[in-house]
Amino acid sequence: MSLRGGHLLSLDTVSVEEILDVLDTAESFVEVHQRTIRKVPALTGRVVASLFFEESTRTRLSFETAAKRLSADVISLAVASSSVKKGESLRDTIATVEALGLDAVVLRHRSSGAAEQVARFVPHVHVVNAGDGQHQHPTQGLLDAFTVRQVLAERRGVTGRETGAELFRGLRVLIVGDVRHSRVARSDIAVYRRLGAEIRVVGPGTLAPDALAKWGVTVSHDLDEVLEWADVIGLLRIQSERGSGSFVPSLEEFSRHFGLSTERLARVSPDTLIMHPGPMNRGVEIDHAVADAPQSVVTRQVANGVPVRMAVLYLTVAGGEGR
Amino acid sequence: MSRRVLRGGIVVGPSTSQRGDVLIDEGRIMAVGENLDSGGAEEVDCTGAWIGPAFVDLHTHLREPGGDAAETITSGARAGVVGGYSALVAMPNTDPALDSVPVVRDVLERGRASVLDVAVCAAITVGRRGERLAPLGDLAALGVHLFSDDGTGVANPQVMRRALEYARPLGVRLAQHCEDADLCEGGVMNEGEWSLRLGLGGRPVAAEEIMVARDLDLLRWTGGRLHLLHLSSARSVSLALAARAEGLDVTFEVTPHHLVLDESACADYDPVTKVHPPLRGRHDVDALGELLRDGRIDAVATDHAPHTPESKDRPFDEAPAGLLGLEHAAALTHEVLGGDRPVDLFRLLSRTPARIARLHERGLLGLSAHGGDVVAGEDANLVVFDPSETWIVDRARLQSRANNTPYHGRTLTGRVRHTLVRGELRVREGDLQ
Repeated sequence: MSLRGGHLLSLDTVSVEEILDVLDTAESFVEVHQRTIRKVPALTGRVVASLFFEESTRTRLSFETAAKRLSADVISLAVASSSVKKGESLRDTIATVEALGLDAVVLRHRSSGAAEQVARFVPHVHVVNAGDGQHQHPTQGLLDAFTVRQVLAERRGVTGRETGAELFRGLRVLIVGDVRHSRVARSDIAVYRRLGAEIRVVGPGTLAPDALAKWGVTVSHDLDEVLEWADVIGLLRIQSERGSGSFVPSLEEFSRHFGLSTERLARVSPDTLIMHPGPMNRGVEIDHAVADAPQSVVTRQVANGVPVRMAVLYLTVAGGEGR
Repeated sequence: MSRRVLRGGIVVGPSTSQRGDVLIDEGRIMAVGENLDSGGAEEVDCTGAWIGPAFVDLHTHLREPGGDAAETITSGARAGVVGGYSALVAMPNTDPALDSVPVVRDVLERGRASVLDVAVCAAITVGRRGERLAPLGDLAALGVHLFSDDGTGVANPQVMRRALEYARPLGVRLAQHCEDADLCEGGVMNEGEWSLRLGLGGRPVAAEEIMVARDLDLLRWTGGRLHLLHLSSARSVSLALAARAEGLDVTFEVTPHHLVLDESACADYDPVTKVHPPLRGRHDVDALGELLRDGRIDAVATDHAPHTPESKDRPFDEAPAGLLGLEHAAALTHEVLGGDRPVDLFRLLSRTPARIARLHERGLLGLSAHGGDVVAGEDANLVVFDPSETWIVDRARLQSRANNTPYHGRTLTGRVRHTLVRGELRVREGDLQ
């Protein structure tokens, strides 16, 4: 199913044209943000439900802001803190919400594949995956690509739209940390690969398994060896519980070997982009100072979340019509 | 009418097949031969079909007691006869577990009221908790021949060793679910390229092979009889075959789903493909098929595991593991065998499993004899299998209470035409009677 008028479930199945469709549309929505009245009537009368079965204030706010700027009615259900029990089937929960009459569901769920299942349960409702387990976080992947293109295009003094996918060809993207458990990494890898970038992942053997090579990425286990190679460094959040399990001996050791420290930053070119999907564990995968370094585009990522999510909602729900 | 003649089929023996009729009376086979005089017996058309011993499933989750929303002994038995079975071995992971004489007696009692013979695989340990031995001696005295904690394996090697030692002089066989629980922690599908892509926790093939190797080493030391349930890796099969070549009394089964579905079936996150051990990589699926065609697999068992639709409407990681098997196992096995191997089909689905469960002996648990030759004097537990009929699986038309089949919409070749249990025609022209 195509993105326009359909769902956004995973970036594994999205074409280059669809990715550029989102990025170009998002670019036009950045303007909206700069107006005095930050609203367009694109989704007037449409109902968007944000269903968060897992806490995520940032992503939820970003989506809800995006939906409101498109003039949609937003039903917000923080299921993680509501009365929905773990025992209730996903189908029942969705059926309950569907009965309210919906055009779209923005779904965050702790289980991989939940968005695909919901799209099967309610096929006539547009489903936007806002992160499913360890599988995908497609809008994060799209806003990361958007941010990279935006910054690189600015450096050339052109708009992103004019460059299409050109700026990604041969771009060296390094993804650092807990790739195994990261839905952001899966979405980033999918979008960057599709756009023609060269990708390396680096992390300990437990978190950056060699089997990742089958995705067309190069796997490394030594950050210092690959650090200077990168045009873009994408850091991943490491869950604190990983440090106490069998994946890494401790967060301190992880940080020593795979953290972007001030010392490592000194070796990174001033042109390199440093990215993080947030929330950051300052002092673990990223040093306090590094997060605020000139190469860091973390705040841009957050800001771009809204126009990219506006673009996704607009394209899926309205099929790109009615502006 | 109890007098019937199965007319015009191909009678499948232990090594050859030949055209013939089978005359049945009083639950027994009276005569086998060409152009038998029916003497007014009911004629049952078997033209173009294979007549052999009805199938015996070593591995059926009938869910009673405690799980009758998903299946009952009655509904599971119906699914069984539609699939060509005359005997099922009920697995012990019920609630309460089949770990005591009263519970086992109750299941056998309900089985007697069903359309086929129900035998029991009782628990090895109390509550299947892997700690204290269940009353193996009392249950063996009752006639129980198979014991397993299936659902899970006996994780503690000391407990498994004691169980083997205790079981050996009783003459019974322990059946193990081989998956190391620690290696499978958090795992919901085969560990590999697909689990990584889908972001689902993995159950590595090594978890099975390690436990197979461990139990074979224990068996070498203790002696006794071991059956390995649902082997899903070619290496597991090699280990079992090597152990048997040494003289160990080990038997094993594979399931239809591990023969025809690989891990990529999980790609759309439909929990109907979630099963333990998980659907494996293509390499193992192909290798198991090769072993099957080479005659190196002992038995095909279904691991028929009904679950309610509600439980399969959950996310993949939360849904229970297991899928239906009874109604399609024969056609799927037939497909993997290549479509023209009647002797092997009946060996895999009837003769060998009957011997592993000791159901070839009349009288065990008060049941009739299964998996025998199609000759005069044998109990008339027979199936008539049409090797060329093609049909499409429809989950809305199953005899099982549940509908969690991964084969919905699949075209199958080969179908059970008639099933006879103790001479009674339980399925006629594919329809339950």
